[in-house]
Amino acid sequence: MRLKTFSRGGVHPPENKLSAGMAIRELPPPELVIIPVSQHLGSPAKVLVERGDEVIVGQLIAESTGFISTNIHASVSGKVLKVDRFPDSTGYRNMAVQIQVEGDRWSEDIDRSDDVVPNTVLGQEDIRKKILEAGVVGLGGATFPSHVKLMVPKGKTAEYLLINGVECEPYLTADHMLMMERSEEIVAGIKLLMRGLGVEKAILGIENNKPDAIGKMKKLTDGTPIRVQGLKVKYPQGGEKQLVHALLKREVPSGGLPIDVGVVVFNVGTANAVYEAVMKSRPLIDRVVTVTGKSLEKPSNFQVRIGTPVSYLIEKAGGLPGDTAKVINGGPMMGKALSDLDVPVVKGSSGIVVIRDEEASRKEVKPCIRCTRCVGVCPMGLEPYLLMTLSEKKLFERMETEKVMDCMECGSCSFTCPSARPLLDYIRLGKAEVGKIMRSRKAV
Amino acid sequence: MNKLIVSPSPHASTIESVPSLMYGVIISLLPALGVSVYYFGIGMVIITLVSVLSCVLFEYLIQKFVLKGKPTHLDGSAILTGMLLAFCLPANLPFFMVIIGALVAVGVGKMTFGGLGNNIFNPALVGRVFLFISFPVAMTSWPVPGQWMKYTDALTGATPLGLMKEGLAMKTVGEIMPGLPSSLHLFLGNMMGSSGEVAAFALLIGMIYLLYKKIITWHIPISILGTVFIFTGILWLANPDRFADPLFHMLTGGLMLGAIYMATDYVTSPMTKKGMLIYGVGIGIVTVLIRVFGAYPEGVQFAILIFNGFTPLLNKYIKPKRFGKEVSHG
Repeated sequence: MRLKTFSRGGVHPPENKLSAGMAIRELPPPELVIIPVSQHLGSPAKVLVERGDEVIVGQLIAESTGFISTNIHASVSGKVLKVDRFPDSTGYRNMAVQIQVEGDRWSEDIDRSDDVVPNTVLGQEDIRKKILEAGVVGLGGATFPSHVKLMVPKGKTAEYLLINGVECEPYLTADHMLMMERSEEIVAGIKLLMRGLGVEKAILGIENNKPDAIGKMKKLTDGTPIRVQGLKVKYPQGGEKQLVHALLKREVPSGGLPIDVGVVVFNVGTANAVYEAVMKSRPLIDRVVTVTGKSLEKPSNFQVRIGTPVSYLIEKAGGLPGDTAKVINGGPMMGKALSDLDVPVVKGSSGIVVIRDEEASRKEVKPCIRCTRCVGVCPMGLEPYLLMTLSEKKLFERMETEKVMDCMECGSCSFTCPSARPLLDYIRLGKAEVGKIMRSRKAV
Repeated sequence: MNKLIVSPSPHASTIESVPSLMYGVIISLLPALGVSVYYFGIGMVIITLVSVLSCVLFEYLIQKFVLKGKPTHLDGSAILTGMLLAFCLPANLPFFMVIIGALVAVGVGKMTFGGLGNNIFNPALVGRVFLFISFPVAMTSWPVPGQWMKYTDALTGATPLGLMKEGLAMKTVGEIMPGLPSSLHLFLGNMMGSSGEVAAFALLIGMIYLLYKKIITWHIPISILGTVFIFTGILWLANPDRFADPLFHMLTGGLMLGAIYMATDYVTSPMTKKGMLIYGVGIGIVTVLIRVFGAYPEGVQFAILIFNGFTPLLNKYIKPKRFGKEVSHG
């Protein structure tokens, strides 16, 4: 098999896939869940329940409020304790529904059987509607509402559906195990997405460090319009633009979306969630989360209810090790460090990585020796060293002309810097300022 | 529970560091150092030790007492500057001159600009050029290889490039060549020249190591060597009586040392691959122009310093290819 990859930049962080091969274990609901109403990109959902309400699993508790927004469902059954602002993984307090778990009563509409329903007669409109109703968002981490992606803007055409099974973040194995255990569901989900988009061709991209998943998906898609393509291991191949380039050699324009080159990209986890939503009427109430770390007793892949506290997951994986210094929500390259372990798992949580003392602190910052590594690894062809200097000197307009807004914050520059310079920190700062400048220009 | 560290992503970092890169370059210089000790004996040992120790000491003193900062004299960069300075001096140079060279290299070449990462010109070359102008006789009396136990008392002679330059005033290349070492000897480094520049093969081994370890990329050394080869090749084909063959140019003087070690200095070379190629081709052209048409027999040092000066300009105007073409919005 010929392996493909994207051509510009990229790094090879140590993979550390400790939980690869650990079967997905479904965790029972915890005692309390906190379900934020903004787990997706776009406007927060509007809360429909009040303190004291009884809810059941799958019940709509907050509804979509705009074009880019989606629904939120109760992931457990029980009583609403509070509708208030709770700290979440961003570190801020945001509106959420706190539910005291009582039993595990499910909505009658949900088909909880394990039978895989491979086909449907549903049309485009119905598929989109079901996806919105079920609150499905991109599970790769960007959490863009999935039904919106299926609506191709006027003047654009979708030619390819690309499915992201790359999982290029170190440590994470949730998508890997999902492909191993829910392969048929994923294939059915891909077919639904193809139908929803109205495309004839789909490609599933998987990195070569998951040969078992490549083999399994290949076998299942044999004779279908779905092609499975192995990819060379390179971070950030799971980035949308990088994946499109790796699979089709098409460059998504600066400031554009994959649809500008006739492509729509979904994650394998999203394909699975779409299948559940459409064929089983099962809203997005749980997801697979990798809980891992070098000192953790049992690195695991858990299927957990949305709203479950992170601390509960770590407990189930053997408890927080004594040498823990940092806990990351997501992978080590793009994830967020948590300050509070009681924050809930949300739709976008793909992993919890527990980092030991010796790897948690940043190294001492040294002067830039102009080794050119940051320029070499930037997948967007930017010059991180220059952007950092411009940001330090507050030359934000110049940053804009140097294309800082193309930066997707993959962190390859900071990762690769031998002087441990906080390149991405300064670039983020610059992006925020440039964003303000651009908005004020629009306002005039 | 103990407090958690919170910092923005990424939460992983490379194992490379400034010292690991600097010591990597130093390791790659060891074959050339060995060969030079073999040819120039005790003299090579003395100038290398004096140069390295003075560079480290001056770096420490300046950082500690002038800049009043935390000294970083052991991060490898001062040791490397010291080695490279020694490599481009004759092995019989009196040690006080070496110390002056080290002071200029570190003090003027590096620290006046703000230390590591901020200098415009290659510090070792700044030191060398200062000595070249200040002590022109001592800097152009080259010890004859093979005098192991001799230092400043070694017998001296002219370099092959020097003989070529002088000879061409009266004779043709064909008449000069028999008086010069054979290509094999040039390749092995058995000739007069700066202490560390003579052994082409050892320097090439160093380059392969640097490329293998990904400490440098091929762009700068190959574009310099390629340009010199092609340019001198054209001249040679045009008139083999007036111009030496390209192989002679490749194997003599400081070309290998300059192309592999001096021009590839991170701090003073361009940031983009395209910039590196322009820089390399420029250095190659200027080197040949000085060698063939200029007053000096060797021009690598000046070519590199000139293009060090162009580096900020190349960084400003030569941009990497951005991902994705611009689209117009609304």
